Amino acid sequence: MGNRETDRPSLASLFVGFVRIGMMSFGGGLAAWTRREVVQNRGWMDERQFLSGYALSQLVPGATNVNLAVFIGTQMRGVPGALACFLGLTALPVVIVLTAGTVYLHSHAGAWFSIALSGMGAVALGMNLGLGVRLSLNNIRRIGPAAITTGIALAIGVFGYPLPYVLAVAMPSSLLLAWWTRHR
Amino acid sequence: MTPVLLQLFWLFTLLSMLAFGGGAGVMPDIQRAAVDHYHWMTAGEFLDMFAISRAAPGPGSLIVLLVGQKAAGFPGAAVSFVAMFLPSCLVVHFVARFWHSAARSVWKDVVERALAPVAIGLTFASGLALMRATEHGFMPHALTVGSTAAFAFTRISPLILLAVGALAMLAVASL
Repeated sequence: MGNRETDRPSLASLFVGFVRIGMMSFGGGLAAWTRREVVQNRGWMDERQFLSGYALSQLVPGATNVNLAVFIGTQMRGVPGALACFLGLTALPVVIVLTAGTVYLHSHAGAWFSIALSGMGAVALGMNLGLGVRLSLNNIRRIGPAAITTGIALAIGVFGYPLPYVLAVAMPSSLLLAWWTRHR
Repeated sequence: MTPVLLQLFWLFTLLSMLAFGGGAGVMPDIQRAAVDHYHWMTAGEFLDMFAISRAAPGPGSLIVLLVGQKAAGFPGAAVSFVAMFLPSCLVVHFVARFWHSAARSVWKDVVERALAPVAIGLTFASGLALMRATEHGFMPHALTVGSTAAFAFTRISPLILLAVGALAMLAVASL
């Protein structure tokens, strides 16, 4: 899909790539849009590099998708790359949110708006879950990693355990497992 | 800076560093501070802002712009934006540099393989937690399950599905 840029992308193409990601992500689903643009369409990273960056962006505090943009920009072109990706992702949405906020502060949004929004939110959630399914199918081939993925998903997503506790168990387990199986 | 700007700056700097696992986790803390503690807005106004920031393109954490704007106008929005994103972006920037400079080695390979199931598990976890927190009734669940399958197994454009989602909810509501 698309033309693949094998060399390091320019600052301009990083910026434009993240403008696209930011502007298409109505209702959420940013991680899925980011993978689509960065791995599928432009080939800046392979899936494994993307996954490491995505994991680190989730483990570091802050908004995951903003972290991911900064991570990718840093990997591609250092500080200028990080700035290009961050500004690309946020500049237009900032203007849109502030405009919507200004309009809202002087009027009142209709009920239809929030109903339509809840539908888009439901689809955007499916987008991220679908990303999870895809990543699982592409990257998880053994029972050990599958158990770690399932354990984290259930512990936080279904049983509501706090994330730090879950990670305190899951991260060392995953590291041990990866160490034990390093020669396979 | 005025007291309100300082309050915004401190609040969002703190939350930026506490938002492990993404921005959605600190939404209740933002609500508590903005509504109950500082009385910048009512609970209803906060929910409307949450809806606006989710509907608008871009990261949902841009809700800090609206909170800052309500509390202290455009300077408030600017201060909140910097406070929310600068600390966490600096941290992730240095993590990325370290990651980039670490040579290909056994340990990097091990860490990379250990991170993959964690990243995927967290993706499912945040999706499921948001589903439980925000979705009520048959239609939203059906839309989420249906779009999960569509995104996992087809190459259909997400924009089409987002439009379908909005129309489906409107159709149900108008019945």
